Amino acid sequence: MAVITQPTTESLVSKQSTRYGSLLRILRYSITRLLTLFVTVIVGIYLTIVIANMGGYVDEIMRGEIRDRVTQAIINSAAGQAMDLEVRQQLIKDKIASEEKRMGLDVPIAVRNARYLANALTLNLGRAINMTSDSGSKQVRLILLERLPATLLLMGISQLFLFFSSILLALSLSRRYGNFWDKLVVALSPTSAVPPWFYGIFLILIFAALLKVLPFGGMVDSPPPSNPFDYSLSLLKHLILPTLSLVLSSFFLSIYNYRTFFLIYSSEDYVDMAKAKGLPSRDVERKYILRPTLPNIITNFALLIITLWTGATITETVFLWPGLGRALFQAIGLYDIPIIVGSTIIYAYLLAMTVFLLDFIYSLVDPRVKVGG
Amino acid sequence: MTALKNSMQKFLYYPSAVFGSFVVLLLVLLAVYAMMKIPYREAIRLWRGGEEAWYQNPKFAAPAWINYFSSTKYAESFSVNTRDGSLPGEFTPGPEGTGALLASYAFDFKYDTYPQDMILYFTSRYAEKQPFISLEWLTPDGRTVRIANMAVGKEFTYRFAQDEKLKTRLKTDDSIASLFSDPETGSLIKGQYQLLITGTTFEPDSRVDAEFVFHGQVYGLAGTDHARRDLMLPLLWGAPVALAFGLIASLGSSVLTMIIAALGTWYSGWIDELIQRITEVNLVLPFLSILIMIGTFYSRSLWVILGATIALSIFTGAIKGFRSIFLQVKESMYIEAARAYGASGIRIVFFYLIPRMIPLLIPGLVSSVPAFVFLEASLAVLGLGDPVLPTWGKIIQDANMNGALYRGYYYWILEPTVLLMITGLGFAMLGFALDRIFNPKLRDA
Repeated sequence: MAVITQPTTESLVSKQSTRYGSLLRILRYSITRLLTLFVTVIVGIYLTIVIANMGGYVDEIMRGEIRDRVTQAIINSAAGQAMDLEVRQQLIKDKIASEEKRMGLDVPIAVRNARYLANALTLNLGRAINMTSDSGSKQVRLILLERLPATLLLMGISQLFLFFSSILLALSLSRRYGNFWDKLVVALSPTSAVPPWFYGIFLILIFAALLKVLPFGGMVDSPPPSNPFDYSLSLLKHLILPTLSLVLSSFFLSIYNYRTFFLIYSSEDYVDMAKAKGLPSRDVERKYILRPTLPNIITNFALLIITLWTGATITETVFLWPGLGRALFQAIGLYDIPIIVGSTIIYAYLLAMTVFLLDFIYSLVDPRVKVGG
Repeated sequence: MTALKNSMQKFLYYPSAVFGSFVVLLLVLLAVYAMMKIPYREAIRLWRGGEEAWYQNPKFAAPAWINYFSSTKYAESFSVNTRDGSLPGEFTPGPEGTGALLASYAFDFKYDTYPQDMILYFTSRYAEKQPFISLEWLTPDGRTVRIANMAVGKEFTYRFAQDEKLKTRLKTDDSIASLFSDPETGSLIKGQYQLLITGTTFEPDSRVDAEFVFHGQVYGLAGTDHARRDLMLPLLWGAPVALAFGLIASLGSSVLTMIIAALGTWYSGWIDELIQRITEVNLVLPFLSILIMIGTFYSRSLWVILGATIALSIFTGAIKGFRSIFLQVKESMYIEAARAYGASGIRIVFFYLIPRMIPLLIPGLVSSVPAFVFLEASLAVLGLGDPVLPTWGKIIQDANMNGALYRGYYYWILEPTVLLMITGLGFAMLGFALDRIFNPKLRDA
């Protein structure tokens, strides 16, 4: 793969040209990769929009709702009651038409989908149909931003803890595999077949319903304490159960996977060689086991960052945690397409960006990988 | 054959494999039992039938066996009927076409809690004159309480707890508690109670039947929910539904994934390229959101959701894993030999490439079952469960919606969750063990 050059005068020229060539290669590769990823994102978002619209079914719901609302408003108003019947009918019709135009329901569905797509790709997330943020705004961007801290807090704490603790524990287990703790982790790894919200129900049952030491759900006590210290204490109390259930449901499998992974790499000849040289085990671990596994660890970390964004829909719903995942669930219940599409767009963009960046990071940490090679 | 025997021996070497297959076997037996005991139509009737199917059961009743573990003994439920003789009654014709019904039911009440309610259902036959009924209540301490006198129509329901006249007569707000306690001290009396039903009919062909329903605080082996439904039904029927969903989804998605990966690697070129692109698009799509959208906008039928699940699970990371292995296998000598004797592409894919992968496929297939079983439960918890079928997830959702955890109906949430947990762990343990048996590279020393 790598071009071996002799340090001679004529090779200097060729070295320069290879450097030039590799730059060109990287550039060409980056552009094609970016283009394919962009097309992927477009197709993915378009599919989401089409599914979210369900061939116009949602439009019917919205039309019916507009008709109801407008008719009710006019019939119930004093001016409307005083009006002549025909004039009133005409007024209702006009109002419905203008309302539908405001919602963009007057154009064919294909055009509307295309419009949605164009807006989505430019990150112009638009306005929600039914949901509002706590501050009263209907901007999708504001609604999502308002929910973001809650999700980042919950997912950040649980996922980062999970990531680092499982790598550290896996390393120590792989050092002396076959002992009691190792066998215990192997035996417990099937517990990860159970999703986090399931552990959530058990934890609520034990700690909230039976022992009454921790709250059932929510993010802070109500009313929220005004004193910042009490506030964070209450937040912490509400964080324990959801975090624990998220950690618990992947803990053992995660350790098991990393451990197996480290074991495979620690049986390589060069590791034996390093041990034979008498290097301290810390050095062996850092330079000979962790280093070659770095690309995979980085991939996992990158995927972890993406999950921070998406939140955990069902766990958040079970714990009434006001995060993005629960917002998505609420949006679906209210047929709020802009929010559904908005969160999909962000997810798709983040994923594509991560995939793109990973290619380069791989080549940085692993000399065996060549970008575009 | 020896290979099979060898695998079996290895299999027995793993306790988790033995335990897992035991659980799976039990579940299959449970599913078969459920379907034999309660046929599909009957199950749907009992689950969706309405008040008619459930009137005999108390609401929010815990299973009866908690009395073995609890120091307070909860009143058990029962129902008796004059028609089948469980409520002993005698009809004697009298003069001028009249008739007299005398029915009495004596029962031992040895519990520490009052029942939820007592209800009498009368059905009568008459042309013009309605039969007349009077009710009396005999307590263990020898008192006789007059309950009510009334004329009963063709279908007549008498609820002890809701009779305002009885409340005034007993000078209480809770007639049920009052009927079971000492009027002086107000404490509960244990012993033999008797309900006396005397009826008179005024026409030669007139007849009256009574059914006495006693709503205790506990019911049956599984308890009941907010709609008086016996939880035994969804617990039993949840097994075949969960197994069907989990197995079909994992089998469908993994087999299809493998076939598509094999076709892609064999024919390479644009087919392979297309598969890769579809996989990338699929990775961008949010799996759960799409399922939730299909559930809310389109159909909540379990089978529609199953189809969507399989469709979305085909083009995942697994396809890349299969592809990389197929690329290696494709270069093997035996494939070359097959090609040399002129085997067609399809033949090579289905008879040479795919059989080679089956040992790799099985552990993954078994391990992915719990994910699908829990997916069904997750959707049900979000309120998107199948509206017709009784499933474990539906019980959890009903329990959650009715605040079972806040109000202390723990049995309601524990029964389905424990079953789901056992199912998930059983399949996961079996899958893990199979993985270590079939892929010795991962086996721990």
